[in-house]
Amino acid sequence: MASNSRSRISRRTWIAATSGAVAAGLIKTQADAVKLVAQEAPTPPDDPTRVPGRFTSEVGVRAPEERPRRLTRSQTLSSSSRTPLQELQGTITPADLHFERHHAGIPDIRAGRHELLVHGMVERPMVFSMADLKRYPSVARTYFLECSGNGGGAYNRERMPVEISPQALDGLLSTSEWVGVPVRTILNEVGADPAATWILAEGADAAVMSRSVPMEKIMDDALLAYGQNGEAIRPEQGYPLRLLLPGWEGNASVKWLRRIEVTDRPTMTRDETSRYTDPLKGGLSRQFSFFMDAKSTITFPAYPYTLPEPGWWEVQGLAWTGRGRITRVDISTDGGESWTEAELQQPILPKSTVRFRHLWNWDGSESLLISRAVDETGYVQPTVQQLWEARGERTAYHNNQQRVWKVGANGAVTFGLGDLV
Amino acid sequence: MRRTALAVIALALACSPSGSDGGGASGASSADGAEPPERFGFGSAASVERVAMWDIDVKPDGEGLPPGSGTVAEGEQVYLMQCIACHGPTGTEGPNDVLVTREPWEEWPAGRTVGGYWPYATTLYDYIVKAMPQLTPGTMTADETYAVIAYILYLNDLVPEDAVMNAETLPGIEMPYRDRFVPDDRTGGSVIR
Repeated sequence: MASNSRSRISRRTWIAATSGAVAAGLIKTQADAVKLVAQEAPTPPDDPTRVPGRFTSEVGVRAPEERPRRLTRSQTLSSSSRTPLQELQGTITPADLHFERHHAGIPDIRAGRHELLVHGMVERPMVFSMADLKRYPSVARTYFLECSGNGGGAYNRERMPVEISPQALDGLLSTSEWVGVPVRTILNEVGADPAATWILAEGADAAVMSRSVPMEKIMDDALLAYGQNGEAIRPEQGYPLRLLLPGWEGNASVKWLRRIEVTDRPTMTRDETSRYTDPLKGGLSRQFSFFMDAKSTITFPAYPYTLPEPGWWEVQGLAWTGRGRITRVDISTDGGESWTEAELQQPILPKSTVRFRHLWNWDGSESLLISRAVDETGYVQPTVQQLWEARGERTAYHNNQQRVWKVGANGAVTFGLGDLV
Repeated sequence: MRRTALAVIALALACSPSGSDGGGASGASSADGAEPPERFGFGSAASVERVAMWDIDVKPDGEGLPPGSGTVAEGEQVYLMQCIACHGPTGTEGPNDVLVTREPWEEWPAGRTVGGYWPYATTLYDYIVKAMPQLTPGTMTADETYAVIAYILYLNDLVPEDAVMNAETLPGIEMPYRDRFVPDDRTGGSVIR
């Protein structure tokens, strides 16, 4: 068949090769080539070896069949969009698919005019341009970023979803290589008072979104990030400068950062009091719940995929913890009756996502797949029953329960937690 | 020369066995043996005026509150002009955030409303002056902001009808659920919290 198709030149290919732009001598410049690419026929040639390929371009595009998209639910000013976890490979999230969460839209900021003010309990209040900041010794680190509301859609016993994809449930999670300056470098520069215990980080968006952050975290591994996956941070992720607090809830990594005030107490902003606090049973509410505890989810097979036949399938997913490194991921294919250790893709980076794999010989019967992450503190990703017991049933932030996927006898995969609770 | 030195410093910091992210100038040395400075000196001094222009946040003890004042009656007028479209005639109808809870709760907050959840009244000033009204943020005067806060607190039964809000009175408002907020007690390890 293969040789047959190679030897046969279709009418369409013939036309493209002879009476098309190349034969007509229309391609003289790179701009012409770009136009040709833009006009590329939706139907590919039957035999790509019989047609000259397209030329180089200044900016690449994905293959026509690859159309990963963020999932946007709301068109209002306060909005979010979710990363298509089930369509990605490895651990790095392409920057244009990084999840979004804005509190007053994406500001239009020009790097040439953006400045960071650092003041408060400092010897020398200072202003830094982006050029100033980029002149300081930089570091590059791969970290996940996750909204604390991620996964909240599968916590309520009465509203446990069934037809929900990894993207819709857990897509407020992305991983990037971030480049920037350690915040402590800048605090050293301004002469921060050793008695200071907090900072206030403030964004230049229309909400002037701000969060208080303990000095201990700032001096540990906080970054003033301006690079993401090899390029400047995207506008949706805080261009040209964001705070990056590895392993902590995404909201505290203030985007479009314009001001750091060094203080001795939290400011108690709206987004650390009215929002991003976690109601608990007993009438209490957990505040400054920064850490993202160990979590994992299977991204294949998962809704809306259908396994076409029994046999060998590689169960895959992502695991991550804000407390350091993932040390183990266990997989169950029988609803938690038995567990097998999954293979972890190396290197396992702290506060980053890890891809796990488990070879599974599906016998065609209904199966409940569960992943369970363990981190270097010995923390084991809990069941939803454990979380309900600890926190009560009416909170939603920081839901890191074990995700359950049900493979039906027909191969259709759905979110299966409802079968266990 | 300097670029090379900085690159080496960055590399040395990135490769340090402690896993440190670097930062600070101490401990690293450049390729030509010169010690990096205690401070690099990049950036410029921020004037008092510059700091004052941007330092608009308000702390729970009232630090940062500007001069000015507003009454409940004045606040009702501001609310009708600026807030009602998104928060409804009585602060409960939406379509955006519900602002008002009058009924007490014990086990679970009825909503994340001002009267039913917010632990600090000063947060109202910090948030409203920066982020509201949603389509024209940062346009309300101090008097208007104090006034609309007085009105919202009044709607929540937290202040009387003749209340006046200003830099002295706002930090003294007792928010009913402040003592419900507790620090994060999760620590990793074997305990699920």
